[in-house]
Amino acid sequence: MTIGVVVFPGSNCDHDAYHVLKHVLGQEVRFVWHKESDLSGVDAVVLPGGFSYGDYLRTGAIARFSPVMRAVTAFAARGGPVLGVCNGFQILQEAGLLPGAMLRNRGVKFLSQPVHVRVERTDTIASAGLTQGEVLTMPIAHGEGNFHLPEPELDRLEAEGRVVFRYTALDGRLDDAANVNGSARAIAGVCNEARNVVGLMPHPERASEPELGSADGRRVLEALVRSLAPASQLLQAG
Amino acid sequence: MALARVYVTLKKSVFDPQGKTIHDALQSLGYRGVADVRQGKFFEVSLEGVSAEEARAVTEEIARKVLANPVIESYRIEVSA
Repeated sequence: MTIGVVVFPGSNCDHDAYHVLKHVLGQEVRFVWHKESDLSGVDAVVLPGGFSYGDYLRTGAIARFSPVMRAVTAFAARGGPVLGVCNGFQILQEAGLLPGAMLRNRGVKFLSQPVHVRVERTDTIASAGLTQGEVLTMPIAHGEGNFHLPEPELDRLEAEGRVVFRYTALDGRLDDAANVNGSARAIAGVCNEARNVVGLMPHPERASEPELGSADGRRVLEALVRSLAPASQLLQAG
Repeated sequence: MALARVYVTLKKSVFDPQGKTIHDALQSLGYRGVADVRQGKFFEVSLEGVSAEEARAVTEEIARKVLANPVIESYRIEVSA
């Protein structure tokens, strides 16, 4: 089982993701250059954070036209697990694989700080094996993370159970002050209809070892690894 | 040669934190009469070997696919020959 970490010009969390997946979780990992159009041999895809193409035009707007994104779209359509972190999430939105768009943070400032997110769903490739309602602490680092979708579509997203992570206080309580970027309904992460594509703004790869202040992010990446296991192994693992 | 000008703005229903910040700055400078500011993007697209009509059609496609994100933005196009 091999996890592909896509590298765009301007990606800056690609090595962090590679490090955690390979050296902390012991997985086979390979970098996938954005010009590659073949994902054969890759069992899961991570779109890492960063500033692909300098965030020119809009965050993720240019990266979505990279050759690799055509392959990622086909991979996702076949049910392959795809995780987008921060800029990776924005790219998935621009590519139409995940809903919504990111506005500038409510306070306009770039925010680099730890946040708490509540796990809303445990039936996605990034949250399987976690507990609904548990709170994870991970850092964010973005200027555009203010999740936006028109109200009726937000209602539909909620009804379909596709809000995976929500910004909350440490105790899991919804709190406007904890929703630091002003996201609609405090949404920090969502999934597609098939639940095999997940995007989130916090960085699990920057919080996967205790030395970094939190190892909660490791649980998200472990969920991704778990999603690679054939169904029979999942059943045996209970 | 045709020149297309594309104005991309956040939809009216979408909060514009940057426009709000600029508005606040103008208020503090004493421009009391400024009721609101909305920030957007402006593109000049030069097209060769096409009529004004074709230029509009191509620019329309470019704006829809690339220049604007329809979830949050709308656009307006002006074409001059």
